[in-house]
Amino acid sequence: MHGRPRQPPQAEDAASASKASNLRELQSKLLHNHHQRIYSQEAIDASSKLLDINPEILTAWNYRKLAFQHNLQEASDPPHFKSLVNDELRVVEMALRRNPKSYGAWYHRKWVLSQGLLEVDFDREFYLLDQLLKVDARNFHGWSYRRFVAKMKDVSEVEELKFTMDMIDSNFSNYSAWHNRSALLSHLLSKKAHGFDEREKILAEEYDLVRQALFTDPSDQSGWFYHLWLLDQTVTPDEVLLISSWPFDGSNWCITVDEDKVHCKVSQLPCSSYYFLNSGKLPIVLYFNQPVKGVHSSSVIVNSVFVKNEDLIWRPVTPTKSEQAACWVVYIGIPDFQKIDTKVYAVEINIGHSKDIISSNGSVFSHPLQFRFNLSFNSISLEHAEVESIDELFVWNDSGSSVAEHCGFFPFNRVNASEDHTLKSSKWNLETISYEIDLFKELEENCKFVKLTLARLFLAQDAMMSYKTCSLIHSRDVLRLFDDLIRLDPMHAGYYEDERSIVVVNQVTSDEQSLMSQNSHSSNYFSSKLPLNGCIQLTNLSLTRIGSVDRLLWVQVLDLSHNKLHSLAGIEALQLLTCLNLRNNQINSLTALEPLKLLSFLRVLDLSFNKIGAHPVDTTRYLCHSPLSHSIFGAKKCIEDYLEANINVTDHWEAILLFRELRLKQLEVKGNVVADENFRDLFAKVASHADLA
Amino acid sequence: MGDLEVHKHVQYIISVEKKKESFEALVMEHLRMNGAYWGLTTLDLLQNITAVDQEEVISWVMSCWDQDSGGFTGTVGHDPHVHYTLSAVQILALFDRLDILDKDKVSSYIARLQNEDGSFSGDIWGEIDTRFSYCAICCLSILHCLDKINVEKAVNYIVSCKNLDGGFGCTAGGESHAGQIFCCVGALSIAGALHHVDRDLLGWWLCERQCKDGGLNGRPEKLADVCYSWWVLSSLVMIDRVHWIDKTKLAMYILSCQDRENGGISDRPDNAVDVFHTYFGVAGLSLMEYPGLKSIDPAFALPVDVVNRIFFKKP
Ligand SMILES: [Zn+2]
Repeated sequence: MHGRPRQPPQAEDAASASKASNLRELQSKLLHNHHQRIYSQEAIDASSKLLDINPEILTAWNYRKLAFQHNLQEASDPPHFKSLVNDELRVVEMALRRNPKSYGAWYHRKWVLSQGLLEVDFDREFYLLDQLLKVDARNFHGWSYRRFVAKMKDVSEVEELKFTMDMIDSNFSNYSAWHNRSALLSHLLSKKAHGFDEREKILAEEYDLVRQALFTDPSDQSGWFYHLWLLDQTVTPDEVLLISSWPFDGSNWCITVDEDKVHCKVSQLPCSSYYFLNSGKLPIVLYFNQPVKGVHSSSVIVNSVFVKNEDLIWRPVTPTKSEQAACWVVYIGIPDFQKIDTKVYAVEINIGHSKDIISSNGSVFSHPLQFRFNLSFNSISLEHAEVESIDELFVWNDSGSSVAEHCGFFPFNRVNASEDHTLKSSKWNLETISYEIDLFKELEENCKFVKLTLARLFLAQDAMMSYKTCSLIHSRDVLRLFDDLIRLDPMHAGYYEDERSIVVVNQVTSDEQSLMSQNSHSSNYFSSKLPLNGCIQLTNLSLTRIGSVDRLLWVQVLDLSHNKLHSLAGIEALQLLTCLNLRNNQINSLTALEPLKLLSFLRVLDLSFNKIGAHPVDTTRYLCHSPLSHSIFGAKKCIEDYLEANINVTDHWEAILLFRELRLKQLEVKGNVVADENFRDLFAKVASHADLA
Repeated sequence: MGDLEVHKHVQYIISVEKKKESFEALVMEHLRMNGAYWGLTTLDLLQNITAVDQEEVISWVMSCWDQDSGGFTGTVGHDPHVHYTLSAVQILALFDRLDILDKDKVSSYIARLQNEDGSFSGDIWGEIDTRFSYCAICCLSILHCLDKINVEKAVNYIVSCKNLDGGFGCTAGGESHAGQIFCCVGALSIAGALHHVDRDLLGWWLCERQCKDGGLNGRPEKLADVCYSWWVLSSLVMIDRVHWIDKTKLAMYILSCQDRENGGISDRPDNAVDVFHTYFGVAGLSLMEYPGLKSIDPAFALPVDVVNRIFFKKP
């Protein structure tokens, strides 16, 4: 099916007709013998002839296995065994000459050797492999067979690592060899095998090796993927740290609850702005430097008079079924207001006294940490009595005339992990990164891999430094590199734009000043009846996705309008988010809004002028919970109920599964293909409590 | 570059079915079930499935059912295999005729192929490969019988085949390959377990499969080939990273591999066409929303309307 030149159709000539009739005869002979269980030498020879012409016929290999088993029972002595085994090995070799990538042939050989009848002639096997890899050093069947034989012979991983070195030495451009090397090495490193216990030394040697490849031919991809893996080994934090939280350490909050307890508001003292928590629950959000599991009431202890620590259930904030997340949340019910007096209550959070908080690569949260915040309760009735519910609070402002009042408060107090420890452990890593940066700065200017690697190195350096400081040194350099890359390699512009977006958000949110300046040119904002806390605006930044959510945990009102947002991944961390403006973006489907389902305070959503419904191919179809992805939870029942009610589920399952979970009060969808009459009818049925603008 | 030769491709697919006795056709005979699935799905994507006699196809498919095992064979008289079984079930799904299956027997056949470590064998002879994990999970999901296997173990086995470049291999330690990545990402999608995929890492590896000529290759430093238009593209769609490649250039590459005289699409420009590459070319164009084509589901490899019918219609 591959590599045959196209030829004009021609009438069957005599030669090809006789070839065809020969093949047909061999095929029917095979099936006859197979069905009649005829295992004579003649029958077996016929199957060899067939496999020589077409080694892909699985049934022929199956027949030979049956014949082998049958004749083995008849065979009495080892020489006879040996000839049976050799016959099979020969047929396989013949088939591999026809097609070195024949799955059936390779498996047949493994099967025969696995029968354990004879001592395997390993020289013969390795010779065969050498021959094959000489012809095609990238034949992955060959590499896989090599792993099989090496395991059978009990060849050490160190030996095999040497073999990858030989292959790389003879040709740097051998991705298969680099792949095998990375797999072997990471295994040896993780089990700290003899000679591999000094991780930094080994990695340094690998950097030397891959550098030779990169400098020999910077346009070859093989080395760059290996370099990326090394970089990842260098920058992956070897311990889990808490990088931010809400509420943050040392903050004071005043909670005001209205009479019927439907809404309560939380204000930061002495500031006069408010958080409205209209479900009567106060979240505590923790954000770690990497996804972790094991956050529970014994690894995080919350001391307060309001709740018993052991009653708290921490949940990973992720739209997937994963048990790991960087962001974790617990909700504390706000106690009955009438019974609370006016004193200040401290809430104290202790993390990491057990070693349960652990990342997927095995790093643990090992430096216990404590932080606290204070809660007080206000007995005064709502100052803004005219505001009766949250849905009256916001009017998205098209004209751009109104600017939100905010109190000029941005909570940048991040939790500081034990700094000195971080410093010590990352000294080698930082030096390595700096060295690589200097090196690649000198390499050829117009190679995309050099530029991309340089951008990644800069980002890695900034990320490592930001545990100490919050500032970003290289944002500008990195943005310039991504601009260059978009010009140099326009085929992958989408990738560079996504990477660039993360850097832009990082830059804008890196300190109070830049965030303030961002917000001061408000052109499209909303007006509000209340001075609100936690409002920010990230508009007109050409963002295609968002990042740095750990710095935005406090945000309650977020304006992301007039960007190129395609994905909302990560936004689920903003657990306080109540109003979200996504007007004028590139959201393609309702399934892309899956992360919003985790925002239990979200009430106001503006989706107008996106591309929802405009694309028949839904790229987030499998990134949401649905019967398609077997992750249905309550969805199956829900789908069945709607089917019963004769609602067109086929066309609207995305809307049904989304809007029945969002607790919106206000939704704006105009300017999307999806927003037709059917949609409005459906929305009214699924989300009867909400207004559709 | 010109348009998709819809009519010629339809004619080509029908003609392949008629030339059963040529040498080329005989070489492919053992996997006729797969061939039928490729051809029929292509016809459906081209909005021309009525060009074949549905009853004839279905009775042929059912003649390949091996009652004893419960699996399907590649063609009459051959041995059953999980891959042929998936193709047979997909064909019946295309025609909305899953009702004629003995679901219990078919799903039991597949469930029996799961091994203790969660992996799947292709048939009773025990070859293990993540391709078979995909076939099993996809097929059982279409039959609404995923609960017959240990899905968690199946997922864990696939995850054990994940590589440091974010891709997946045939078995643990095997090199990443776009075809294998499709199988693993597809299986994880259907199992609701995509969180095991590092989407940025894998997405970059996959988008770097686009070569200067616009086509996609299957591994680094290999030539472009139309079949990867499906393997790579569908994987990119499932992980929401398809905007990382240049779709216009890829569409042009696929169109340049058409045989404009006699229909069909080949692996590379001016090579001989076959049903396999015709399917992957058309399916790739469908994933890029090429006008006039039905859209295809990236995980089940069936038209979206067929998949939606399976999951969102009253039984
Ligand atoms: Zn191909």
